[in-house]
This record gives sequence, structure tokens and C-alpha cells, in this order.
Amino acid sequence: MVEKQKLVVVGNGMAGARFVEEVLSLGGQDQYDITVFGEEPYGNYNRILLSGVLAGTHDPKDIFINSLSWYEDNDITLHAGVRVIGIDRKSKTAYGAGGLLVPYDKLVIATGSSPFIPMMDGLYQDDGAFRDGIFPFRTLDDCTEMVEYASEACRATVIGGGLLGLEAARGLMNRGLDVDVVHLTSCIMDQQLDASSGDMLKMLLEDMGVKFHLEKMTTSVHGNGKVSGIGFRDGDSLDCEMLVISAGIRPNIDLARMAGLNIRRGILVNDDLSCRNDRDIYAVGECAEHRNKTYGLVAPLWEQARTLAERLTVDKSTSTYTGSKTSTKLKVMGVELAVAGDKEPMSDDDEVVSYVEPNRGVYKKVIIRDGKVAGAILLGDGFTAPRLLQAFDRGEVLPQNRAELLFPLSADGESVLDVEDMPDDAQVCNCNGVSKSKIIAAVDGGCRSLKAVCDATKAGTGCGSCIPQVQAVLELAADGLVADDPSEHYYVPAIPMTKPELTAAIRLQGLRSVSAVLDTLASGKEDAASKMGLASLLKTIWADEYEDERDARFINDRVHANIQRDGTFSVVPRIYGGVTSPDELRRLADVAEKYEAKMVKITGGQRIDLLGIPKAYLPDVWRELKMPSGHAYTKAFRTCKTCVGTDFCRYGVGDSVKLGIEIEKRFQGVESPHKMKLAASGCPRNCAESTTKDLGVVAIEGGKWEIYIGGAGGSRVRKGDVLCTVDSHDDVLKFMGRFMQYYRENAKYLERTYGFVERVGIEHIRSVLLDDSEGICERLDGDIQASIDAYKDPWQEAEVPVHPNQFVSVAAGS
Amino acid sequence: MVGIEVKTVVEVAKGLPRNLGSVEQIPLGEGRVFEVDGTPMAVFRTRQGELYATQAACPHREGPLADGIIGGTQIVCPLHAYRFDLATGNPMGNDCASLRTFPVSLDGNGDILLSR
Repeated sequence: MVEKQKLVVVGNGMAGARFVEEVLSLGGQDQYDITVFGEEPYGNYNRILLSGVLAGTHDPKDIFINSLSWYEDNDITLHAGVRVIGIDRKSKTAYGAGGLLVPYDKLVIATGSSPFIPMMDGLYQDDGAFRDGIFPFRTLDDCTEMVEYASEACRATVIGGGLLGLEAARGLMNRGLDVDVVHLTSCIMDQQLDASSGDMLKMLLEDMGVKFHLEKMTTSVHGNGKVSGIGFRDGDSLDCEMLVISAGIRPNIDLARMAGLNIRRGILVNDDLSCRNDRDIYAVGECAEHRNKTYGLVAPLWEQARTLAERLTVDKSTSTYTGSKTSTKLKVMGVELAVAGDKEPMSDDDEVVSYVEPNRGVYKKVIIRDGKVAGAILLGDGFTAPRLLQAFDRGEVLPQNRAELLFPLSADGESVLDVEDMPDDAQVCNCNGVSKSKIIAAVDGGCRSLKAVCDATKAGTGCGSCIPQVQAVLELAADGLVADDPSEHYYVPAIPMTKPELTAAIRLQGLRSVSAVLDTLASGKEDAASKMGLASLLKTIWADEYEDERDARFINDRVHANIQRDGTFSVVPRIYGGVTSPDELRRLADVAEKYEAKMVKITGGQRIDLLGIPKAYLPDVWRELKMPSGHAYTKAFRTCKTCVGTDFCRYGVGDSVKLGIEIEKRFQGVESPHKMKLAASGCPRNCAESTTKDLGVVAIEGGKWEIYIGGAGGSRVRKGDVLCTVDSHDDVLKFMGRFMQYYRENAKYLERTYGFVERVGIEHIRSVLLDDSEGICERLDGDIQASIDAYKDPWQEAEVPVHPNQFVSVAAGS
Repeated sequence: MVGIEVKTVVEVAKGLPRNLGSVEQIPLGEGRVFEVDGTPMAVFRTRQGELYATQAACPHREGPLADGIIGGTQIVCPLHAYRFDLATGNPMGNDCASLRTFPVSLDGNGDILLSR
């Protein structure tokens, strides 16, 4: 057995402990003996919730993430309350206070930061300690001492009107004190807010009773023994019985400096989070400086912890940290606030969109650069924040209609975010019967990303329409500790790439089979959850040059029928446009009888379904039906439903039957990220329900057709958007095909057209597909044609199976 | 009504491994059901060339495991995507009972040998 390496972590705060959790989740305890030093004599707690402890909304014991026993249970040596006083890099040893020597192979510094204490006369007693009644605001001990002192005091002053200072002010007000806030500049929270939103927040907080003193520099502390007031540089003064100092933080880099590591504002680290001049020492969290930035928010620090854990545990890991976009959602004294990126435009080319409603205390501002969110401030509006922050985090291209950004989309009356008032036993996921309380339990149990919650509870893994609610419950329960799991953006779980990145890599390296992709891009790890998505993508990329490996397909796509709950299959032959004949119906009836179909049913897409057919009978059933596959089992073009149109209907203005059949003959079997259900209606009465289909057309007077895309009538209802209006069947086929190819190339696996159209935006789709803004229309038309040309009726495999045992229910022994 | 042909494996003296015939009966990376002494069993042939044998029905809702997708040593049931480890039979990410597993190997002729 290989001897374990020694991993020493200096710092047991938000970053250090999270890093250790990530190492454990990757099985790192088999590779490392782990030792953790923590300066505070506790397990690991959620520092974000200290303001809740101060405000009395959280009990100190409720903010612990990992108790002391957790370390024991995981075989981690924890030196709680022991400060590391030196690192000898030559002998690779960490020195703990009190003479403790711990050798290391890998050392991780996560020492966090300390409150910045400005110079003031009279701050300290003779013994160097703070004068009584003066508190920094950083640790659990600071917090509990403040609570105790506040019970005897009536009037407190907070120096620093930043986020933490305002949290302290709120906490002390909750405890019945009068609170003054002193701030150096003319705008509170000036790190995050612009002048207008700062003013508005100040007014809101003044209404709650906070008194502000802006543009004041505190130069002295008064009092005899205890603090009794402070003096400002301009000669004014202010009485108080306690003083909280919250004037910013400074990274703790003394240990690194003494060890001779390269430092600037923080400890300088590379993209693998190793120190510049010692590759066996790493730094994460507030003490680390990466690409000229230090971070004070929780999300970046978690991304660093994850990257470093992968680096140190996964063989040949190439995982890197490339910096974080910082956005945050918070409540300042109950006022909802979300901020992201820049607070002011950087140049004349930046577009600023804003909405201000002073009476209600609502302020919204978005800075748009190159069509994407470069910065945002949302005050007093919790509804639009999640979507906007998501667009910022992911760098999404924004809708042309900027109003959609600033106001919740309520066209379909959906309000997803009322989860706070929802009773605990209310069912959130209606597919898998997952209640709000079960999701909360999963979050309490350690799940902090949407993916982790969904994996643990199965919520959102059915039709997916509840995912916004699941996300909202997660945010409610996670007390600000929600993590964005980067794997949520991967096309398939096994390969850390988005769909465009993966498509480029596959094309570049000429990978034509699922196993070739997994060998090359997932270091040979065959992942069951990734195979189907890759098969779908490869078929889109390579059309008939795709090397088809049947084991990568779902059973439905191996036997070209839809598996049922009892393991039998359903058979749906293609009936173009839903128009059949007595002869076809007779054959269907004969086959249904002969093979004892358990049910014969008309489907929602105007087809006939023979249910309950055993696998072994499928080839015979197809052969005797003499009809091609209807593809009712796969992620592909499904059906084009039609109304009777001009042939018989007295209202029809367009020949929807003829067009529907043309559509179906052209696009049958075209595979896509999810199924595509179509319809053609012969007049605006829309009897084929074209406006709620993935693609639909409606005939209008004057020989024209409206093409709708992104409609839905299933787990959600959405009216499609009009892509364009055309005046010939050929043009309908052309634009439908162009959109299909664009959807095939750009949608995530299992993303329906309605999600795709909403995500990308109809304006953008129109500009690409109609105005050819990206110069790709000709290629899209050519590529969809190649897929159409590659079509083969899969039911022909009845005659020529790909494997002698393709359809057997029980293999024969010899 | 047509009949469905089910060949059962020729009885071999109890206790000895059964010869289920050529491994080529199972397409690469897939599974198939074999009937041994009247009991259906799922035999899997992974892309890495390994063989595994388990009970045929998923303990969750009796889904046909042999129709599932294989990834490494993991099988995903086609009905509700419950996952199991083929080597140990242990459930993965669910609290179903474990699958029963059976020793299975290849002989020199490329035939499948399964012990019960």
C-alpha cells in the first residue's frame, strides 16, 4: 500500500473547512492524513450568520457547519484554538503555538482576514487591549461579547457603513439600542452601491431609526475606562456607550510573509492556487490574491476550495481557477439587495438601463456591455434578482427588450418565488412527490447546489418544471451558502465543458463515437449518465459519418419502441399528418389482434399506439404493419398534427393537411436535444393547436403562414413566439429546418424548444435566422439537409438487425 | 397467436458452472437475459471486456436491468434510472436492496460460464 501524504490546512474558517469537505467528497482521505489548525477553539461555523447571532435571530449553536465530532468521525486531526506561528519550508514543517510540530507534504493556507482598525487616539488601554466597550466584528467570540455588553447599554455607534457595519447596526437595534453609523464617504455601502441607490438605502434605514453621520473621519475615542463617545476630525463629537469597528478587512498574510512566500495585498497564487514561489504550499479564501484580486464573498472562496481539492486528489487533474465574477444577494435590515459586477458604466459604449421608484424604495440598474450584464444593482426587488444574477454569472446574451430584465415575466401568471409562505409539507416536485421539508432536510444535510439537492431528493428530475421552486427553497434554507455547481453547465456530467466547447473539441479532434469522446475527453472514464447525451450530439455533428455504438443509446433507441412500466413496448407507426386510410387501419387492427396488443390508443399527436408488445415481437409487428417508424420513443422530430384545412373545412384558408404531410416527410427521424412536436393549422382558429407546439404553423388570410417556435402545452404552458410570416410551403420548410438545426446545435441535452427560446431570446434567434447576423444560415440549411439525407427508417432493422440478438427477450444458451 | 421461443440452458450437474454459450450473444457494452434453471438472470458485457451477472429484475419496480445503460461497472435501470454497482450489487444514490450477483467468467472458447 502506498503511504499516505500529509496534508496540513492552516485555518478552519469558511474556506479551510470547505476545502477539507471537498477533499473528503473526492475520496481524499485515502490519499492523505489530514491535519487542520483553527485559531478559534471551535469546529467550523458559518461566519455569514454571525450578524444573525448578533440580531438574536440565530442561536450560536445553530450556525455550526461541522462540530468537533465531525473531524473525529472523518479521521481529521483538528488543533482547535491553536495558532500556527511559523512554517519551515526547508524541513516542510508547520509550527503550532505551544511547541507543536507538524510535518507536511502539502500545506494549505486559509487564514482568512482580520478587521481593519483605523488609527484613533484613546482606542487602547495601557495593556494594549481595546478600551472597554470597543469591539471589532469578526469572530463568534466578538459577537457573544458584544451581545453581553449590549444588554447593559442604550446607545451604540458603528464605525463603517459597509455591509458588515450595517448588519452590526441592525443587530444592535434589534437588541433595543439607539444606533449611530459613522461613514467616511458620502455614500453608504459604496463598495457595492452607486450614489443614488446608496441614498435610497440610507433613507430606508433612517425610517427604521438608524442615524447616519457621513463624510466623518473618527480620530479619537473618549471615556474614562469605558468608552463614552468619539471625536471627529472636523471637531464634532458623538456620545456612545459602545463602539463597533467595522471599517473593512485585511487579508491575514503575516504567516506567509514570515515564511518568505510571495505576497502583495494577499498571498499570491497561480491558477492551480499554489503559491508563486513554493508549489507545495497553497492558499485559498480571503487571504489569497489571484490575478490581482482578493475576494471577500463566499462563492469565489468555494470555487477555489473545489478547484484545489480536485487538484490535490484527482490523478493528473488539470482543474484551474480562473477568477470569479462576484455577485451577491443579501438583506440589509430586511431590505432586499442584489449587486453584481460594476456599479457604474466604464465607457460611453456601456448601456445603462434603470428604473427608480423612490416611494416604494425600489431601485434597479443594469449596466450592459456587448449585450451582456456587466453590472447590476437591484434594491427592494427580490423577484427579478435571481434571473438577472444568473444572466450575469453565466454571461448570457440578454433579450433585446430590456424591460424583460427588470420586471418579472408574468405573462403566464407564474409566480415561483413564494416558497417562504409555503407550508413545510407542501409538495414542490409533483413528479417525484418531493415536499418542501424534504428539500430543506437535504440542504441541512449539506447539499448546497441545485444539482446536489436534485440528486439527493430527486426533486426536479422528472419534467423539470419545478426547478425554479427547488432553487428558491434551496436559497431560503441555505442561509446565503448557495453554491453554483459548475457541472450544472456541462453538457454531460463526465466532461467539464459546455456544449459549444465540447462541440468544438469533438470537431477539432475528429471524434466520431461515444467511446472515442469518453476516452479522449473524460480520461477513459465511461459514465452511464453521459452516454446518451453524447450520442445525440455526435449524430447532430456528424450526421451519416457518426460511428453508432448501440450501447450508448437508451433501450428505446436500441429497439425503436417505447419501454413501458412492465418491460413491454409500445409501437407507434408513422401516419403522416395524422391522415390514414381504411387499408392502413385494417392492417393495424389485424396486427393488434395477432400480437395481442394490451391496449390500442389514439395518441395526443393524432397517431395510433399499440401498447404491451414484447420486445421479441417488434420486428414481426413492424414487418406486418408495412409502415415506417413514428419515432414516438426518441428525442427527435415526433409528429406534425394537422387540422383538415382547405379540403373539407369551410373556414380553412391554407392547406394544412398537405403542408403537415410535407413537413413530416421532410423532417421524420431528425434527432434533437429533446423531442419536437409540431402542428399545422389551416386558419387562425388554430384547431391543431400550433401555437403551443415546439414548432407550429398557422395559415392566415392572403396565402400566408405564421411560423411559431418554442410553444408548450405539457408540464408548462407557453405560447410560442412568431419566428416569421412566409407565403409558401417551401419557405415554411426552409425556416423550420433552419430553426431545428440551430436548436440542435445550441440547446442543452434534454432542453425543450420552449426553454431554449426563452434562454436565448426570440429577438436573438430572429436576428440569426432571418437577418443572418452570424453568417451561418447557409451552413444551417446545408447541415439540416445532410441530416435529412441521412434518414433511414429504423424499423428496417427488422430485416437487417445490427446484432443477431438485438430484439431477443431471453438469449439462447448453446 | 405466435409463440415466443425461449430456450433454457441445458441442465448441467448442480454446483458446476453453467455454460451459457458464446459471449458474442451479448453486444459489446450491453446486457442480455439468460434463463438458468428456470430463473432469469442478467449478464452484462462491458466495453472494457468484463462480464457481470445479476438478478434480472430491478428491486425498485422490477425493471429489466439487462436493457439498462452501462457505465464502467455501473448499471442504470431503464425504467426510473436507479443505479447499481455491477461488481457488488450495491445500490448507488438510492436505498433499494442490493442486487444479487453471481460469479461469471469466460472459458477458453469464449463461452460464458455462470455459477449459481
